[in-house]
Amino acid sequence: MPESSALFGARASLVSGQVDAVFLFILAIAGFFFVLTQGLLIYFALRYRRKKGEPPAETPYITGNQTMEVIWMVIPSLLLVAIFAYGMFVFIKMTTPIPGATEVQVTASQFQWTFKYQDGRSAANELRLALDQPVKLIMTSRDVIHSLYIPDYRQKQDLVPGRYTYLWLVPKKTGTFDIYCAEYCGTGHSLMRATLIVMPLPEYDKWVQSERQKLKAGVQSPVERGKALFESSGCLGCHSVDGTPKVGPTLKGVFGRQVQLADGRTITADEEYLRESIVEPGEDLVKGFQAIMPPYQATLKDDDLAAVVAYLKSLK
Amino acid sequence: MSDEATAATGHEPDYLAQKGFRSWACTHDHKRIGVMYLIATHSFFLIGGILAMLLRLKLLTPGPALMSDHAYNVLFTLHGAMMIFLFIIPAIPSSLGNFFIPLLIGARDVAFPRLNLYSFWIFVVGIVITVASLLQPIDTGWTFYTPYSAQTASAVTALSCGMFLVGMSSILTGLNFIVTIHTMRAPGMTWYRMPLFIWGMYGTSVIQVLATPVIGITFVLLVAERLLGIGFFDPAKGGDPLLFQHFFWFYSHPVVYVMILPAMGIISEVIPVFARKPIFGYKAIAYSALAIGFIGFLVWGHHMFVSGMSTVASVIFSFLTFFVAVPTGIKIFNWIATLYRGSISLDSPMLYALAFIFLFIIGGLTGLFLGSLATDVHVTDTYFLVAHFHYTMMGGTIMGLFAGLHYWFPKITGRMLNEKWAKQAWLFIVVGFNVTFFPMFILGMQGMPRRFSQYPEKYQPLNILATVGSWILFAGIFIMFLNFVRSLRHGARAPDNPWQGLTLEWTVPSPPTVENFETIPTITDWPYGYGKKKRQAK
Repeated sequence: MPESSALFGARASLVSGQVDAVFLFILAIAGFFFVLTQGLLIYFALRYRRKKGEPPAETPYITGNQTMEVIWMVIPSLLLVAIFAYGMFVFIKMTTPIPGATEVQVTASQFQWTFKYQDGRSAANELRLALDQPVKLIMTSRDVIHSLYIPDYRQKQDLVPGRYTYLWLVPKKTGTFDIYCAEYCGTGHSLMRATLIVMPLPEYDKWVQSERQKLKAGVQSPVERGKALFESSGCLGCHSVDGTPKVGPTLKGVFGRQVQLADGRTITADEEYLRESIVEPGEDLVKGFQAIMPPYQATLKDDDLAAVVAYLKSLK
Repeated sequence: MSDEATAATGHEPDYLAQKGFRSWACTHDHKRIGVMYLIATHSFFLIGGILAMLLRLKLLTPGPALMSDHAYNVLFTLHGAMMIFLFIIPAIPSSLGNFFIPLLIGARDVAFPRLNLYSFWIFVVGIVITVASLLQPIDTGWTFYTPYSAQTASAVTALSCGMFLVGMSSILTGLNFIVTIHTMRAPGMTWYRMPLFIWGMYGTSVIQVLATPVIGITFVLLVAERLLGIGFFDPAKGGDPLLFQHFFWFYSHPVVYVMILPAMGIISEVIPVFARKPIFGYKAIAYSALAIGFIGFLVWGHHMFVSGMSTVASVIFSFLTFFVAVPTGIKIFNWIATLYRGSISLDSPMLYALAFIFLFIIGGLTGLFLGSLATDVHVTDTYFLVAHFHYTMMGGTIMGLFAGLHYWFPKITGRMLNEKWAKQAWLFIVVGFNVTFFPMFILGMQGMPRRFSQYPEKYQPLNILATVGSWILFAGIFIMFLNFVRSLRHGARAPDNPWQGLTLEWTVPSPPTVENFETIPTITDWPYGYGKKKRQAK
């Protein structure tokens, strides 16, 4: 199989080509029956057409033909069994555990992906993998059902609250690939996207080392701590930090901004406003947005809250 | 109009003669009830269609333009819910079924005329509650998946109550039809002399009675979860979100056969009449309807291959799914074989019937990719799926409905349609439909998920094509309905049997009298005896 196809996009994982092969196999069979049935349909409709105003011609009294009916029952049935078997074969391959796979924990929440690596590092909306290294994603959801879908990998799996589901990936191509949410999950569903970055193994190892060093460097500044909390609490699902509009207002340059509220008031976003908007988001709702953010009173407290506010202040 | 018609035929007054609100609202006449369903369901077809036009308009651009994400989510939910529950499911059974089952089997009415009227009013109350839920329009998608549907602030509870009543109406109608078909057939009409539309309606009614209670109960459980906090589907309380999906699809898969079987029945009526040939393989078509109905109950899991269901279950459901394809294929082959050596007139009902076969073949064949496990994982929940079910539901059921409407319009109204307009509308609809939905197969293969209000820019060109197609399609539908409305007044007066059909409805005046038949006919042959008899018929 070539590395990519105009019809399907890149073939970037171990199974992409195999899935496309099944697809093309079905396409060949379906194409044959398409040409056969549509051809006969159109041919008969034109060949035996009656001219306008002409009385009906004499037609033969044919009520059936057992031999033909048996033929067009048995042959398609056999082909259907073949399609089933081939599809099952590749599906089982796709879902069979690969020994020695690296594990990554995936948590979905409205509308953010969080990837947690075995050494404790975590990242929001970005998954990095090494070329040719098998990976097992252990996935769950914090709220509603989501579905992790990588079109270039031909793989998709729902994430269900209250249980783990799995996805085995073997990257076969370096580069950047799209991750979408394929199960409707609410207002921000279509923007719940992430990036998959695949690097050659040596480069990947270098990246991991530098990340670990950052982690080990120990004492974080409040801004750094705030950033980590901001990402791990799922805030990025609705709020961008670069100005792109999402389900919630962007937080780029939020500190000091004049905020128009839904009830008509205008207030300046100071520390207190930021704090209140996190713990009781329904109180001073920004104009033009829905009151769908959950209160973070129970999850973010004292120092953590202060750190997040410090981070928000740093977003110029 | 009706007075003149009475004078013309010289019989007792036709069923439209009586005027006034009460004469309709309290009628026990299956034909009037059918007409009321026809108007109610088609209103929702038009509303649902306009919503679809807005959705396509929004998808012209990949960004946040035109409407908010929330508004888009509401619109696609309402489009799906209205089209499925208030249009496609009841459209053929409740309107054309009500009108034509008694006429086709030689009966004066359905078995329980008063129950029939109650069913209609339950349906209306259901609609009213559904419309009331628009005060806080729902945004769950027509599939109502939990936990989202248990958490969202929108009016899921009100809508569930509305749907519950619509479902109840559907069960009662199904029951009524089953009893009617069993007990009210004219003397001499054995099971194998029944028109195939009756076989289709029979299969549909059985599914309605057996499957609809499950969705009713599911809605009750969902409301209990929302109002009383009982965690049937909430994992935090020991429930399971997948349980909802099993319940939902246990109904919603069989129900696609509720939609398609009556349409297949219409096609089986139209093709022999306009090809002047006996239907090919009568028994195979009749038994296929029952087989599809039966196997349809065993394949619901194919909607859930990536849901987290076990691999073993997925394999079994995939295997069973392919068996539905066999009886469906038999029907297609038999219809095409009926055309062989016919004397085919391409009048508008026949054109819609041919469009049905053409589009349904595409819908059916693309189903193979979704039934096969490996390929389903890739294309499920993408635009490939959206294209597939529009080819089967709109290209199938709705084209069958259009064929039926053009075929029976003279009988229902006593007027002929304008044939030139009908053909123009047909051309627009067929071209527009394919330009709208075919690009979606490719979008899906390239990985564009469904229910995306904003999408990556690489998918824009094909989305523009689909949106342009939707305008062509809309123009066709508009011309078609204009033709219906205009012909009510200006159409030529319809003869009793404009198409030279052999089924019983063509033996009575157009429009029929209140009692349908002056004397109940005695049946001596099947209704497909077209062409020259060389061999002995069954």
